[in-house]
Amino acid sequence: MLNGNQTWIFSNKPTIISTGVVGGPFEKAGKIKADFDYFFDDQWCNETSFEKAHTALIEKASDFAVSKASIAHSDINFFLHGDLINQITPSSFAAKKLNIPYLGLFSACATSMEGLAIGAMLINSESANYVMTGAASHNSAVEKQFRYPTEYGSQKPNTSQWTATGAGLAILSKNGKGPKITSATIGKVIDYDLHDPFHMGAAMAPAAADTISTHLKERNIKPSDYDLIITGDLAYYGRELCLSLLEEMNISIPQEKFLDCGLELYSSSQPTMAGGSGSACSALVTYGHFINKIKNKELNKILVVATGALLSPLTVQQKQSIPCIAHAVSIENGEV
Amino acid sequence: MVQTQNSYKNLVTKKTDNPPILLNCMKAFVVGGFICVIGQALSYFYMYFFDFTEKTVGNPTVATLIFFTMLLTGFGFYDRIAQFAGAGTAVPVTGFGNAVISAAIEHRTEGYVQGVGGNMFKLAGSVILFGVFSAFVLALIKTILNLWGN
Repeated sequence: MLNGNQTWIFSNKPTIISTGVVGGPFEKAGKIKADFDYFFDDQWCNETSFEKAHTALIEKASDFAVSKASIAHSDINFFLHGDLINQITPSSFAAKKLNIPYLGLFSACATSMEGLAIGAMLINSESANYVMTGAASHNSAVEKQFRYPTEYGSQKPNTSQWTATGAGLAILSKNGKGPKITSATIGKVIDYDLHDPFHMGAAMAPAAADTISTHLKERNIKPSDYDLIITGDLAYYGRELCLSLLEEMNISIPQEKFLDCGLELYSSSQPTMAGGSGSACSALVTYGHFINKIKNKELNKILVVATGALLSPLTVQQKQSIPCIAHAVSIENGEV
Repeated sequence: MVQTQNSYKNLVTKKTDNPPILLNCMKAFVVGGFICVIGQALSYFYMYFFDFTEKTVGNPTVATLIFFTMLLTGFGFYDRIAQFAGAGTAVPVTGFGNAVISAAIEHRTEGYVQGVGGNMFKLAGSVILFGVFSAFVLALIKTILNLWGN
């Protein structure tokens, strides 16, 4: 049901019945190791190219999600997935193998919550019994496309971020046990004329602030109605900037209630510079770490605001600014 | 909107730590200098043990440095050293070698002709182009000055 201009309220409470979270060796050394289902031992994932490894991550995550839900791949009506690679081929190639009707998505690193919002909408409107949705990224495949060859020696600034390797998937259903999806706000593309592709947190922060303020306004609630508000991959600088922007809008969120997936994924000793990023970042941390916390009743209500920078290497070289987007989805504990 | 954008840009500048330029320069000086010392040692080595002169020793020295760069790049160490050293590893000939070798490694999954061959110089190509072009311009200026001087 539409509430305001861009917020959906899901009265049938679509349920996340299972998740599949898979990472690489760098994620294994991270902060939330225990929340993963599986780690590949190297970047190649037993494949012969980074792009094939990227597809393997998605397939592995889907195996875990499906087996944990005790259903078959063929029970899933729709597969909603995206990544950062040109023409989202890793997602499409995984969908080919999974043989599930597929909608390819792209909102850069906000894809995870775009998929969750649309998936919840499909379940809520009784257009599907089971939907599998998520997002993935592969550090080397993404670096290769967006920046330099992986072994090229360039000095990264403090503001740069580390693209996560992994795939995070969730299976949604109308019934069943698990956290419920209660609402979603689809974000607008916001561009504050920033140009530095090594400072994406700063570019994305205004989009996050816009979506958060719109969500709160259209649902007529306060930040304190959520236990946590979690952004996707703003990382250290972007999170600080987003808090400042929200403060300017007279929305005050305490520091400890405003977290960022990019700061939760890796430990501080890892060389991630400002923090993690990539479309897998918010998917891994939400579907692994925070869903587990909701299941354990450590958390009751969270708002996940995945943030994406909608740039390409071409737009950067043509000196265009970085347009950004943020999608918000609220997840609550089902058992009251 | 422009005003909002500008005030946000100011906020970004304020909240972002400046890069440690002085420290980076010192690191680049030490590491870059160290690479040059190795290069000089190699030059003496080739001049002392082989039949090279000060004029001809450049080629084997550069080839040896690039060979070591190839090993360091292939085994995944060069980019880590570069994160510390910055310009110190980018400016010497090892930086040029790394740019070519890393691109060659990266694109070998796309085949030897279109992958390795087509992409090997995607970073280093502009160095060659503008290097050759600026040499041409300087040679032209020198020639004109010589003619004029005579």
